[in-house]
Amino acid sequence: MLTFAEIKRSVLVSLWFMFLTFPIMVVRVNPIEEVVEWRWRNLIVIGAGSFALSFVWRYMMARKEAGLKRKEAGGEKAPLVRRIMDRPRLSRSIVGLVVAFVCVFPFLFSTYQVTIMSTALIYVMLGLGLNIVIGLAGLLDLGYVAFYAVGAYSYALLNFHFGVGFWIALPLGGLLGALFGVLLGFPVLRLRGDYLAIVTLGFGEIIRLILENWNEFSFGPSGIAGISRPGFFGIDMSLNTATIYVYFVLIGLVILTVFFVNRLQNSRIGRAWVALREDEIACQAMGIDKTKTKLTAFALGATWAGMAGVVFAAKTTFINPASFTFLESAIILSIVVLGGMGSIPGVILGALVLILLPEYLRAFSDYRMILFGATLVLMMVFRPQGLITGVRRVYRFQGDNGRNES
Amino acid sequence: MEPILDVKSITMDFGGLRALDRLDLDVQKGEIVALIGPNGAGKTTFFNCITGLYSPTRGDILITPPGKKTERINGLKPNHVTERGLARTFQNIRLFQNMTVLENVMIGRHCRTRTGVAGAMLRLKSAREEEQTIVDHSRAILERIGLSQFVNDLSKNLPYGAQRRLEIARAMATDPFLLLLDEPAAGMNAQETRELDNLIKKICDEDGISILLIEHDMKLVMSLSDRIFVMDYGRKIAQGTPEEIKNDPEVIKAYLGEDPDA
Ligand SMILES: Nc1ncnc2c1ncn2[C@@H]1O[C@H](COP(=O)(O)OP(=O)(O)O)[C@@H](O)[C@H]1O
Ligand SMILES: [Mg+2]
Repeated sequence: MLTFAEIKRSVLVSLWFMFLTFPIMVVRVNPIEEVVEWRWRNLIVIGAGSFALSFVWRYMMARKEAGLKRKEAGGEKAPLVRRIMDRPRLSRSIVGLVVAFVCVFPFLFSTYQVTIMSTALIYVMLGLGLNIVIGLAGLLDLGYVAFYAVGAYSYALLNFHFGVGFWIALPLGGLLGALFGVLLGFPVLRLRGDYLAIVTLGFGEIIRLILENWNEFSFGPSGIAGISRPGFFGIDMSLNTATIYVYFVLIGLVILTVFFVNRLQNSRIGRAWVALREDEIACQAMGIDKTKTKLTAFALGATWAGMAGVVFAAKTTFINPASFTFLESAIILSIVVLGGMGSIPGVILGALVLILLPEYLRAFSDYRMILFGATLVLMMVFRPQGLITGVRRVYRFQGDNGRNES
Repeated sequence: MEPILDVKSITMDFGGLRALDRLDLDVQKGEIVALIGPNGAGKTTFFNCITGLYSPTRGDILITPPGKKTERINGLKPNHVTERGLARTFQNIRLFQNMTVLENVMIGRHCRTRTGVAGAMLRLKSAREEEQTIVDHSRAILERIGLSQFVNDLSKNLPYGAQRRLEIARAMATDPFLLLLDEPAAGMNAQETRELDNLIKKICDEDGISILLIEHDMKLVMSLSDRIFVMDYGRKIAQGTPEEIKNDPEVIKAYLGEDPDA
């Protein structure tokens, strides 16, 4: 509805934007000819653009509010995942399509595309691991990349010094990750929320700085090159085949991860994590050992980061500390938050969107990061629960249907 | 016979504030005991000391679980207290809001079950069987407490009275021998309070669980309790049967002087 008040508000918004952007968008000083250029056209574009955008914004806000009201009135629609899961034929055909696509993907697209997809799959693993720590147990861990680095360096160093192969290093990387998870877990047991976030952030930086400065151990900033790719019964592979092979190894690992995380989530341990997230005091009063529960969450989350690190080292064949900066932790965190905390399909989708989107946005090279940032901001404003909402398990009982409907 | 809970001269200081002052209290097997007193008297603090959330400054908390030896539980962690058979509810409801009603009760079974990480990931036979017993047991408890129509609802979406009862259900799931209820009828209407009255009696008579409750609703307290302890400013000011308490001048003074509403 176009009321006068709404138009007035949009006019004010666009005036405000024109004023704010005036110095950078309109005035340009040309120091060579010593003249000032006045680019009035830009001003008009910005005015019109912000006028239109403010309508879109308000429309979305109104929709969101209507949604909230509906929720309060109890007329909330079941989440999409629940609706799909309730229809086994539909969910089975969706799974079938995804499987088919995943299998033929590397043969339809270029090696470059396969490499990007493999990267995205590594982030799926990382996201699912961090999802245990943040999404389920509610522990805000900003140093998650440290465990990824532990995995990557353990494979790189074992391979460099002792020639240890990928398949042996994979479980070792996971174990070392878990060990570091517990090491970090102990000192932060008493911390929650922001304090925990800061300490874990520090931990992540410490690991990176050690790797950067302890030259004798980690070869410092120059990193380690020539790491072996995953082997397949000692067969020599061309670069192309090797890329495809890594892709399928990752698919396998992602499936394993989903499989295990899903089982954990619906187990006694998984419920304890969620309870801990929901209310720490009530959780203890119900007989749950807070210490043990937190440590298992840290350790298991770190296990997957460790394994993802091993695959990363094997995939790129070169690692250095620059791959393990805070930015990585932030991206993995965004994957979990954007995808939907505590939701496995959400995290997978989040990883694909966050890793693939910037790649495919390369066409808009200059504006790529702006678009990316704007997407994130808009998502968090309009859909703070993430792309796919986590659903709690529904238990069915015999002779229960009539009662459930009443 | 030994009391199942015997609190001897317990004192709790918060900096300069003495929230509990040499308080004695005991609960015998099969009893319903009420703890009353004006707001700020220290009742919730007393619960927190017993259940391990606070560690009392001085005094002894002794428990004698049925068929076991007497044990001093001062300074035990809350989860260890629960493991020994004391379960509680909270005055300001503390449910796991984004978990379903059934899952809330299933959490109560945590300390009575064993499945670990490996068992859960590999879904071993023992883990599957245990999971099934957890579900069945929790569901039976919900049935008893009268919450079965909400099984799969998120607990935050429950009506207020049902949330209070869910707290009781969750505590029951830990197999306690003593149930501590902190103002279970707060915010309930007359009908709900009557139902709660019956429920608490049933829990005590049929399940053999003794009950210690904090409550402001005098009608409920008088109808339920075998004995009543009255406290004010962290101190015990009276103790006795409902009849004795009703006519105790100290109690009347404390209530009329401090809190005319009650
Ligand atoms: N953690 C705490 N720190 C400091 N003071 C507290 C704490 N918990 C309770 N108190 C104080 O102890 C007194 C008793 O509180 P409480 O036990 O909640 O009373 P009641 O449950 O009888 O209404 C109050 O004065 C309260 O402010
Ligand atoms: Mg209180």
